Amino acid sequence: MKDDVLNLRNESELAEAVATATGPLAIRGGGTRPVGRPVEGAPLSVAGISGIALYEPGALTLVARAGTPLAEVEAALAAEGQRLPFEPMDHRTLLGTAGEPTIGGVVAANVSGPRRIQAGACRDSLIGVRFVDGSGTVVKNGGRVMKNVTGYDLVKLMAGSRGTLGILTEVAFKVLPEAESAATLTLAGLDTGRAVQAMSAALGSPFEVTGAAHGPDGTLIRIEGFPDSVAYRAEKLGTLLAPFGPAEITTDRAAVEALWAGVRDVAGFAGAAAVWRISVRPGDAPGLLAELAARFAFETRLDWGGGLIWLAAEAGDGAALHRALQDAVARIRGHATLVKGPEPLRSSVPVFQPEPAPLESLSQRLRRKFDPRGILNPGLMG
Amino acid sequence: MDMPLPDPAILARKARIVARLQSVLPPEAVIHDPAETRAYECDGLTAYRCPPLCAILPASTEEVAAALRICHEERVPVVPRGSGTSLAGGALPTADSVILGVARLNAVLEADYANRVIRVQTGRTNLSVTCAVEGDDFFYAPDPSSQLACAIAGNIAMNSGGAHCLKYGVTTNNLLGVTMVMMDGTVVEIGGAHLDAGGYDLLGVICGSEGQLGVVTEATLRILRKPEGARPVLMGFGSAEIAGACVADIIKAGVLPVAIEYMDRLCIEVTDEFSGAGYPDCEALLIVEVEGAPAEIDEQLGLITEIARRHDPVALREAQDEDEAKRIWAGRKAAFGAVGRINDYMCLDGTIPVSALPHVLRRIGELSEEYGLQVGNVFHAGDGNMHPLILFDANAPGDLEKAEAMGADILRLCVEVGGCLTGEHGVGIEKRDLMLVQYTPADLEAQMAVKDVFDPDWLLNPAKVFPLAVSEARRRGAARAAA
Repeated sequence: MKDDVLNLRNESELAEAVATATGPLAIRGGGTRPVGRPVEGAPLSVAGISGIALYEPGALTLVARAGTPLAEVEAALAAEGQRLPFEPMDHRTLLGTAGEPTIGGVVAANVSGPRRIQAGACRDSLIGVRFVDGSGTVVKNGGRVMKNVTGYDLVKLMAGSRGTLGILTEVAFKVLPEAESAATLTLAGLDTGRAVQAMSAALGSPFEVTGAAHGPDGTLIRIEGFPDSVAYRAEKLGTLLAPFGPAEITTDRAAVEALWAGVRDVAGFAGAAAVWRISVRPGDAPGLLAELAARFAFETRLDWGGGLIWLAAEAGDGAALHRALQDAVARIRGHATLVKGPEPLRSSVPVFQPEPAPLESLSQRLRRKFDPRGILNPGLMG
Repeated sequence: MDMPLPDPAILARKARIVARLQSVLPPEAVIHDPAETRAYECDGLTAYRCPPLCAILPASTEEVAAALRICHEERVPVVPRGSGTSLAGGALPTADSVILGVARLNAVLEADYANRVIRVQTGRTNLSVTCAVEGDDFFYAPDPSSQLACAIAGNIAMNSGGAHCLKYGVTTNNLLGVTMVMMDGTVVEIGGAHLDAGGYDLLGVICGSEGQLGVVTEATLRILRKPEGARPVLMGFGSAEIAGACVADIIKAGVLPVAIEYMDRLCIEVTDEFSGAGYPDCEALLIVEVEGAPAEIDEQLGLITEIARRHDPVALREAQDEDEAKRIWAGRKAAFGAVGRINDYMCLDGTIPVSALPHVLRRIGELSEEYGLQVGNVFHAGDGNMHPLILFDANAPGDLEKAEAMGADILRLCVEVGGCLTGEHGVGIEKRDLMLVQYTPADLEAQMAVKDVFDPDWLLNPAKVFPLAVSEARRRGAARAAA
């Protein structure tokens, strides 16, 4: 029965459930990020394995069970003037999903936002994990300290493996102080090529840009920090970017936050039928988009200085566009993922960028090692 | 510290193995004369030495692939080596192994400022990566103390850190892509100049795998624009506890210095005499560095010195100019060398939660009394990465063993308080037999499963990282397959 969700309350219950499972499991946290091939399996929820296990503001570390709502983690951090450095995207807007995103789901999908270019991705802030592998064995890796090279770094391997190598039960992060103030510089009227150049100039400056995006609101540059420093850097950046036109500077906190939440959540594509997420060398973005525009109709938003492209199109042409996109990205190195689309499209194409044969072989053999029976989200990643 | 006995069958085939390697490498790139292989008998962990069967110095990815293919066919263990600066024995050979040195792979392949990446061959030294881009005001952030000598290959193998990783992260946070040769000679490209993996984060597990999964020959690294300025402040305190409390208060206040370095009295005195840094006479010293625009530096240092004053500092000195900044750092940067001048020492690398600092320092003091060995403490306080230096006399019988036993006790203590055995040096052979203190057999099984996938025959650096008893079945399986 599809709606008969198995809810686990703690790690040992989960380990037992996996060890005794007789068929495929469809693992979920908050269920807000159904990205990947649809999975046929008994629904298993880790949302009940919840709670912040440890938070030491003076050590900049937080440990939470995987089912802890992201909102609970963010509220606890905010109360101490701290935050998750990587600014995780909330997929509900784009995907039209409901529910409560969990911290384990954020890790399982390695979800990061605009600040990724400066503060690193989710995987860079992640310092420890506990998980249950496909045999029902509990494994820990890393820990709760910021620097740790003791043995192999399975922490990174687990981040972004979407429950196909193991089911996360606990995650530990390095966190950072919240910025006291922020500002956005907006440049108007740039085409994609000029916008990437402007963002590169800003990111290659010493002024610590923490966001560089391009869309219908213009080309946006964000800086954060102490108020005097933000004012100083905003002025310097304005001068540096003068060749790209006058920069309008916004320092109103609420306005800056709302603007970047929209960038983070790709709010502009909420109504789109099919959406792709593409990671390339920033300088390659304009050429890639020009090549595709000759054959397909689509809209784009750029983040990460051009290194992250969000591309939206009608679903009708989806399969052909998907193939062309992944082929083109393979040539220039990078990856393209179909994040949103009707189920027939998601079931008929490789949702994630196909890997060259030797890497595909490594990935498959890793999966067989960690999940010998092939029961953890089978097929989700291909 | 035991190493597995060499396989007599491999030793007996030395002439044939050398000849085969010579068939794919230039003559000078295959070192097999016992007088010359001595140069590769150890790394920075000099207490353990063993000349390899031979050493090879390929100059291209193709040569690495050709050589590995032969070693794979011959079932000869291969020990990859960067510059040989490992403090953990990561590049220690066995008599039946081939050392694969990457020293001749040292070119800069591409410096791309618009996209803020550099692609280099991995034999290039850490500092020379920064040297290649600093004329354009860029730098490569990870800065291990050995940065003048250590190679990027070794940095990737050990996931090296440095003094400034509180802000910039360690190697894994600054590595975007690699070209890697697998043990069977297959060349793979992982990552690139783009961010994050589309599928599994293989790059993430390769970084820090201590040369056990493949030989990385090229790397794409993130480079950053240099900050407008940086300024250190020096503070002295009456006790380790007070210094520890000050560190926690600085972090809680929302300031993020690029570095917070700690030294105790022993290190202060030894390094001051060595470097003329002019350190104050006190029990604990902190060097806190902030960087950024002039306004930012003033603001942050204002906050930091205000916090420090609340902890009754014995000394508080902000660098007034470049020269003074250099002198403040001179002692810290020379700490290992300065201590080495007065004594043999063993450098540990355990990391602890910052909150446990006072407790751990007190316990180390007690252990020092119990064992009758002096300990100097110098470390990255902001991230809890300790470097206790245990002083001993290498010529006194039993002293090394005593120092090792005390080191093991300190590392157990680090794990006990929620920390780990090694923060940036790696496990190598040094911490290998302590792995079960931190991990369960199931935890290690999961890690070894990764090696099974990348190197099914367990030929790459096989006797490292995992306790010998734990990895024995796998290593013997490989040996049996060879027989």
